[in-house]
Amino acid sequence: MDDKPDRIVLTEAQKRSRRSRSIAIALVLGALVILFYIVTLVKGPGMLNRPL
Amino acid sequence: MSLASENAALASPLRAEIAYAEPSMAGASDYVALLKPRVMSLVVFTALAGLVVAPGHFHPVLAFFSLVCIAVGAGAAGALNMWYDADIDAVMSRTADRPIPRGRIAPGEAAGFGMTLAGFSIAIMALLVSWLAAALLAFTIFFYVVVYTLWLKRRTPQNIVIGGAAGAFPPMIGWAAATGGITLEPCLLFLIIFFWTPPHFWALSLLRVDDYARARVPMLPVVAGLKETRRQILLYSAVLVPVGVAPWLLGYAGAVYGATALVAGLAMVAFAWRVRVAQSGARAERAAKRLFAFSILYLFILFAVLLIDSGLGGLLGGLFGRAAA
Repeated sequence: MDDKPDRIVLTEAQKRSRRSRSIAIALVLGALVILFYIVTLVKGPGMLNRPL
Repeated sequence: MSLASENAALASPLRAEIAYAEPSMAGASDYVALLKPRVMSLVVFTALAGLVVAPGHFHPVLAFFSLVCIAVGAGAAGALNMWYDADIDAVMSRTADRPIPRGRIAPGEAAGFGMTLAGFSIAIMALLVSWLAAALLAFTIFFYVVVYTLWLKRRTPQNIVIGGAAGAFPPMIGWAAATGGITLEPCLLFLIIFFWTPPHFWALSLLRVDDYARARVPMLPVVAGLKETRRQILLYSAVLVPVGVAPWLLGYAGAVYGATALVAGLAMVAFAWRVRVAQSGARAERAAKRLFAFSILYLFILFAVLLIDSGLGGLLGGLFGRAAA
């Protein structure tokens, strides 16, 4: 009896797609970090001071 | 039933689903396509006009952040539209190549992607820019997805007339982000895009009547016929002339904008008139194509001149003045 769990083996094309998605997510997250940092510098202590 | 056997019973269909699920082939470009980047570029441009034309000083970094939120919000609405309309997209030649009909992205993935982006763009706009701008962005996404896509698109030939409001909100969002309020001027920018949308979309639908009929989308040419569509294109184009000139008439823009809006508006009417008189054949198709192409140019010219005429000069002056100081 084969007790190895069923696993999906990715093809080269699927690996390339996954890599492209991972890089895109990393770039977006990096851009968000930079943007939040810059906005924090711009807004300073009044960061969350937004009158309704 | 023991817990173990219950788990086994629950797990087996899930395991089957996992076993048959194909790993995603979607690349980053497929997710970008879900955002409708061409529509997004027009949204960003008109929102920029609202931002720049608004009175007072708005920090360029916050302006950029606002535009990113508006762009992402527009993209989210596009992704949710593609999720719901995947069945229509699959049978229309113009949209059959989109990621969901092609099988590159599962509908549920697109829905999750759209909802996530919508939530983030609205939350970030609210937290970092302005509550009103965030509320308007949320309403715009709601209007495009729920009012236009889910409700009107498959039910009435007035779908793109009423639904067109969603595409007209970005200048108001830009204005609200810059000022924290809304006045008559951004409402005029809203009206320009609102009255521009029907001739723009109906010119396209004249070229895709068979597609829309096959997809059972009740666009005006499918429901009311080509002749009535051409008549309404002309009517909306005629209404667009005074609406386009209104910012100058009411003193919000300079004479350069007024003259440009008048000439461009009359040109739009001339193109619409050609569509009206060219009833059939290659001449009619050419006239519709030209109107569609010119309508994009019309909106670009109007907002570009508005930017230069009443906003960009001041913004650049402010930036250079500040740098010099």
